[in-house]
Formats: sequence, C-alpha cells, structure tokens
Amino acid sequence: MISMKKIITLSLMMLSSICVSAQDDLMKELENSQKPEITYIGQTFKGTRIINGQSVETKPKGALEFLFSHRFGRINSGAYTLWGLDDAFVRLGFEYGLTDRLGIGIGRSSTDKTYDSYVRYKVARQSTGARNFPLTITAVGTTNVKTSPNDNPLLVFEDRLSYVAQVMFARKFSSNFSAQLTPIFVHRNTVNQSIENNDDIAIGIGGRYKITRSLALSGEYYYRLNPHENTPYYNSIGFGLDIETGGHVFQLLFTNSLSMIERSVVAETDGDFGAGDIHFGFNISRTFQIVKPK
Amino acid sequence: MKNIGFILLLIGQSLFSYAQKFVTESSSVSFFSDGAIEDISAQNSKAVSIFNSTTGDIVYSIPIKDFEFEKSLMKEHFNEKYLETEKFPKATFQGKISGFTIASAGEQIAKAAGKLTIHGVTKEIEVPGTVEIAKGKLVMKSKFMVKLEDYSIAIPQLLWQNLAEEVEVKIEFTYKAQ
Repeated sequence: MISMKKIITLSLMMLSSICVSAQDDLMKELENSQKPEITYIGQTFKGTRIINGQSVETKPKGALEFLFSHRFGRINSGAYTLWGLDDAFVRLGFEYGLTDRLGIGIGRSSTDKTYDSYVRYKVARQSTGARNFPLTITAVGTTNVKTSPNDNPLLVFEDRLSYVAQVMFARKFSSNFSAQLTPIFVHRNTVNQSIENNDDIAIGIGGRYKITRSLALSGEYYYRLNPHENTPYYNSIGFGLDIETGGHVFQLLFTNSLSMIERSVVAETDGDFGAGDIHFGFNISRTFQIVKPK
Repeated sequence: MKNIGFILLLIGQSLFSYAQKFVTESSSVSFFSDGAIEDISAQNSKAVSIFNSTTGDIVYSIPIKDFEFEKSLMKEHFNEKYLETEKFPKATFQGKISGFTIASAGEQIAKAAGKLTIHGVTKEIEVPGTVEIAKGKLVMKSKFMVKLEDYSIAIPQLLWQNLAEEVEVKIEFTYKAQ
C-alpha cells in the first residue's frame, strides 16, 4: 500500500519539475521569439600585420593605430655587431579606421627611405548564424615612394614609385587558429632589369595559433610565382610571437626580410633564411580611440 | 488518497495554463568595473525577457556581443579574450521572482532567485530588486555584484590590471503584457 505521504511527496516533486520545465519552456519561447541574427567573426588576427605583410584586420571606425616596426641586423653577422643588434631599421606608421571596414594608412621606412600609403577595405566578413560566410576578405592597395638615393639626377619622381595590390582571404577556423592566403601583385616603375622584374606576383600564406588568451604564434611565407631567372632574392619567411596587453600588441619575430613594406618583402628579400640571414625584430602597435563609437 | 496527488497535479497544471505573461518592451543591462588604472563600463539594450506573473517564473537572455564600450578595443578584448563570445554568445538567467503581489501598485521590493549563466558557467544566485506596475507596464530593476572568478572569467594580470575582480551589474527591464 502506498502511503499518502509518498504520494504527496511524489506529486510535489512532479509539481516542482513542472515549474522547472516551465522556466525551460519560457526560455525556449524566448529563444524562438528571437529573429536569427548574423554573427560576424572578428579578430581573425591580433594585428593589422601577420609578420611583415598585411592581415585582413581593419581598424574599427574612429580608431587610430600607431605601428612601430623594428628590425635588427642579421643574427649571423657575429659577435662584432652583437648578432645584428647594433643595426636598426624601422618603419613608423599610422592607420585610421574611417569605417569599420575602410581604413587608410601611411608609413615611412628607414630602409630605402620609402614612404608608403595605402587604402584597406574589408570586402566580406566571415559570419555564422542567419548568414553563413566562410571567409573574411580584405583588399589593400598601396603606393610607395622611394626617396633614396636622393643624389641621382637621372631618377625622376615617377621612377621612384611602386604599387602593390593584394587581396587577402582569411578564415578563423576556431577561436585559436586562423589562416590567410594572399595573392599579391607588385609593380615597380624602375628596376634593374638584368636581375629584377617590373611586375612580380606572389602568393602569401600566413597563420596564427593562440596558445593563451594573450599569446599567439604566427608565421608567414611569400612564394614568388615569377622570380627573375637571375634573381639574387629569396622568398620571404617569418615567425613570430604575438603578445597582447590592453591597448598594445607586441609582435616579436624572426624573418629573412629586412623591409617592412610589401614591395620589398615580396620582391627584394635578400636574406637566405637557411643560411642564417635572419633578422630579429618586433612590431608594436598602440590603438587610440579618436572618435568614440556611437 | 490518490486523488490528493491528482488534485495537486491539477493545481500545477492550472497554474501553468492561467499564466499571465509579460514580454520585454525595452531593456537596459549595464556593468561597471572599478579598475586600478581604468574604469570600464558597458551598456546593452538588446536583452530580452519573458516574465510569467502568475508563477513568478522569469527568463532573460543577454547577447554578449551587444555590450557597447567607450573604446572599440575594449569591446574587442571583452568579446575575444574574456567572455569568449563566439563560444558563449549569450548570458541567461532563469529563475523566479518572489515577494511582490501583482495587484499592488507602486514600487515593491522583490527577490529573484535562480540560475545565472555567463561564459558557459551556471551559478545559483539570489539578488534583490524592485518590481513596479504602472499603466499595464511592469518595470523590474536589479543591481548586484558578479564575481568574475565565479564564471571562469580571467582577470588580466599582465602589466596592467584593467578589470576589477567584481563588476556591478544593473538590470532594468520594462515589460508589456503579451
């Protein structure tokens, strides 16, 4: 015989389970009342550079990035130069987000005393939810003016110009792993045609893997599709460690490229990584919010 | 004897079917963190809620990506590094409001108890608040502290300590009858 107490207890339990499921039902009702939204996948990379080359990242609207890039001399240059630390090559740059997708940048490199300016536009954003799109796609167009040497009367302004066009396709495969493919085209108005092309095409691959919340490993490689038959140059390769702290991103890196702009990274990398022609360097970026969002 | 159990069940079901439901008309969820270097605050107006005034059952859902900050970089870090929004897009609460009567006008002190889920971690909480019914609308307010550690939200230790260990959360929902 089942006692009355048991029945009441059982009923109370059922009653309370109804209450719990009522909340679950209410939650379901709430979820169902929501329109499906598009969720954009951002922060594919920590910075606007993977190592030497550009990443798909744009600065948010109203944000100004100051990017200080520094490369030391070659590690294999020996103890006399303290393994390259005596030499310093820098690029100072600014990039500003006109919108969340459109940015402009300027920079000046000490190597070749080159000024660069570029426009960056995020063509498509990786998204899930109401719209699924697998890739973030960003295009960058760059114009460079090389002001060295400044004592050659035969070099007119046009001779000093070079242009770069690139389209970057990136995917954040997980919150930790992102990869990017970058077809890139470089045109230089003046080259030494016995060893260089006016037009160079390369494919860049890059990636980053987050090891902690604030640390990530990154790598980048540019494969030249049409190197000149007498080319003295090498494909650019680089590895780095990204450290993110508050408003700064520090990237510590090793690369065979001395330059920090695409023209010379792709077409004028003269270090042989395998032979130890490796530069230690870093990129430091600091972001300032110039115009407050909304 | 069996009838008693049956009657209790019936009561349970009648509670269910006579439910008066309220849905959010507007909402405001904000938090404030009093940091050593930088105070951080953010607002969110995209939270949604349903409240059943008969049973006191309440659920709400806050889309994390819609917290708006003073600096866009703060928003990026908040989503990417601390709340891991891609993995845990929403904070939710499901619980019960008690200590008020739907028939009384004016602001009444009430209590909310239930499960708060942030960053994929669920905790039982009990927080004070107020309920006010005026002109067919129902306004609920609550202010409470959330300890980041309880929800496995890391506190940055490197170089700058930006976030306080506890943040003050303010919630205000305005409901209309469904």
